[in-house]
Amino acid sequence: MDKFTTLTGIAAPMPLVNIDTDMIIPKQFLKTIQRSGLGKNLFDEMRYTQDGAEIPDFVLNQPAYRDAQIIVAGDNFGCGSSREHAPWALLDFGIRCVISTSFADIFFNNCFKNGILPIVMPQDVVEVLMADARKGANARMTVDLEAQTVTTSDGQSFPFQVDAFRKHCLLNGLDDIGLTLEKASAIDSFEAKYSTQHPWA
Amino acid sequence: MTARTLYDKIWDDHVVHQADDGTCLLYIDRHLVHEVTSPQAFEGLRMTGRKVRAPEKTIAVPDHNVPTTAGRDTHIDNEESRIQVEALDKNARDFGINYYPVSDIRQGIVHIVGPEQGWTLPGMTVVCGDSHTATHGAFGALAHGIGTSEVEHVLATQTLIQKKSKNMKVEITGSLRPGVTAKDITLSVIGATGTAGGTGYVIEYCGQAIRELSMEGRMTVCNMAIEGGARAGLIAPDEKTFAYVMGRPHAPKGAKWEAALAYWKTLFTDDGAHFDKVVTIRGEDIAPVVTWGTSPEDVLPITGTVPSASDFTGGKVEAAQRSLDYMGLTPGMKLTDIKIDTVFIGSCTNGRIEDLRAAAAILKGKKIKDGMRAMVVPGSGLVRAQAEEEGLAQIFIDAGFEWRLAGCSMCLAMNPDQLSPGERCAATSNRNFEGRQGRGGRTHLLSPAMAAAAAITGHLTDVREMMGETV
Repeated sequence: MDKFTTLTGIAAPMPLVNIDTDMIIPKQFLKTIQRSGLGKNLFDEMRYTQDGAEIPDFVLNQPAYRDAQIIVAGDNFGCGSSREHAPWALLDFGIRCVISTSFADIFFNNCFKNGILPIVMPQDVVEVLMADARKGANARMTVDLEAQTVTTSDGQSFPFQVDAFRKHCLLNGLDDIGLTLEKASAIDSFEAKYSTQHPWA
Repeated sequence: MTARTLYDKIWDDHVVHQADDGTCLLYIDRHLVHEVTSPQAFEGLRMTGRKVRAPEKTIAVPDHNVPTTAGRDTHIDNEESRIQVEALDKNARDFGINYYPVSDIRQGIVHIVGPEQGWTLPGMTVVCGDSHTATHGAFGALAHGIGTSEVEHVLATQTLIQKKSKNMKVEITGSLRPGVTAKDITLSVIGATGTAGGTGYVIEYCGQAIRELSMEGRMTVCNMAIEGGARAGLIAPDEKTFAYVMGRPHAPKGAKWEAALAYWKTLFTDDGAHFDKVVTIRGEDIAPVVTWGTSPEDVLPITGTVPSASDFTGGKVEAAQRSLDYMGLTPGMKLTDIKIDTVFIGSCTNGRIEDLRAAAAILKGKKIKDGMRAMVVPGSGLVRAQAEEEGLAQIFIDAGFEWRLAGCSMCLAMNPDQLSPGERCAATSNRNFEGRQGRGGRTHLLSPAMAAAAAITGHLTDVREMMGETV
C-alpha cells in the first residue's frame, strides 16, 4: 500500500448525496480477478453514454477536473455494496482522498486498506470545501495527514479527526495482515481457550 | 456486573487483543466466501505464501455470477463469469475450504446457504465479502460485510481489526396487520431513519412484532440493516431460533448441542443496558410499502403518491429530483398507477421458502398480466426443491412465472438476468440504486406478496385488496 502523508491536488465537487458503490463502479466491472485497471470505469454510468462516449457535464470529464485527486462529496458517500472495487477504481483513477459529512461503514474501512484517506467534516466545512472545489483546476486543496488539516486554495485551514491506528498505517503504508500476524501467539491462545468454552464453534 | 447489550456480549466473547486506543482484534467464527470479492484475496495469500488459517471455518459458494438457467453446471457462456467461478473452484480446492459448487443441490445465495446448512449459529461472529452478511444477525450472530482486503485478512488470521460500534435499538411494538410482512418492517425502518441513520451502530431489533416473525422473516429484517447504514443487525435468539438450528448438518449434536444451548440462552440484552440511539415504531402503523426512488430510504405506503423534490430539504432535493427523472415518475401520481413490466422474486432478502409461499398464496389460480416478464429465483437449490415438493413451483409456472435455478440473479444483475433501459421492475431484493438491475432499469422494492400482486395487475398494487378477494 502506498503511503499517504500530504497531498496537494485538484478537488472535484460531487454534491449529490448517497453516492453508492454501484455508481462508483457498476457491477459489470466486478468480474475482474485483479485489483488494477478499474479507473477508466470509475463512475461509468454517470461518466459515459451507453455507446461509450463521454458525458461532457460529468465533473470528472470537465477539463478542470480530469486530474482530480480529491473528491468533495455529499452525505453518505460509498453506501451500498461492500465491493472493494470502489476504492480500487478511485485509486486507479488517481483519487487519494474523499471528503464528506459521512461515509458508509464498509466503504470507509476499505479506503484505509488502499491508501485512500476518507475525511469526515461537519456540514458547514464541507460547504466551504465544496465552494473551493468548484473554483476548478487553479484551486488546489492540501490535505496534511500528519497535522490532520485540510487547507483550501485561499489558505483556510480546517482540522479533522482520524483514528490513530489507521493514521499510523496510512502514514507508513503498513500491511494490516503483517501487523496482525505479529500477534499470532495471542490468536493461538485465544483459540485454545475459546474452543474449550465453545466446542461447537 | 454492568448491564450489557446482546452486541456487547458477543463482542466481549470474541476480543483476542485490545490496544490502548480501543482497536481490537476480533476472532471470526465463520467466514463465508463467494466468487466476486474473493479472487484477489486468495491471490494475495499465494503471493505472500500464506495459508488459510481455519479452512474448517471457511465456507465458499458461487452465487453472484451464476446463470439461473439449465446447463450452467457444465458451461457458463460469459467468459469473465466463468473465470470467476472457476477461480473459486480452484481456490476452494487449493486451500481446502468447505465448498458447494454450482452442481451441488445445496448451492445457493451464500446468506441462504449459511443458515440452511447450520454454519450460522447464535453468538458467532460471521463475516463475508458481501454487505448483506447482516442477514445472519437474525440468529443473534454478529455478522457483517467486509471488503476484499479484509477477506484476505480473515483468511490469513481468522481475525478482523475492528473498533466497536455504538448500540442502537429498533423496537417494533405490537403486531403487524394482515398483508404486512418482515420486508415492510425493514423498509419502513429505513424510511424512518434514512440510509445513514444506522451509520456507526449495530442495531438490535426487538419488540413483539419481531418476536412474532419466523426465522425467515427475521433474516429479511436483518438483511437490510446495511441499507440503513448499520454495521450489523441483531435479533436475540429464542425458541424459534433453536428450533430452526436443531438438526441442521453443521449444527452441534448431543452434548455439544446442550452446551451450546446453555450458552445461547445467555444471549440477550440485560435489563438496563445502555443504547446510544433508540427508534420505536408501532407494528400496527406499518403498511405494505414500496420504494419510489433510487435509494432504499425512498419508502412510502402503497396508498401514497409520488413526492416532489420540494418535499425534501438539503442535499436530498437534488437527489430526489434526480431519482424522479431516472425513475420516470411525476410528482402527485398515485403509487398504484405505476405500471410494471418485470417482476423479480428472489435474493438474499426474500428468496427463502416462506417468501415463495407468500407469493404463491397470492398467485394461486391466477395469471400474470399479458406481456409481463416474471421470474422466481429460489435462494438455494434446497429452497427450490422444497418449493417443488410443496407444489409452489407449479403455481408459479401456471401463473406464467419463469422457475429458475438458485443464485443472486437480478438482484444485482451480474449474470444474464438484467433489465433493459427504461424497464420497470417490482423486485423483492434490497437495492433500487440507479442501474442496479441493469443500466437504465427502474426498480421498486417490495415484499414477495406485493410483487405477486403487481405481476397479476401489471401495476403496483395494494396486496390487501387482493387478499380481501381471496380470503
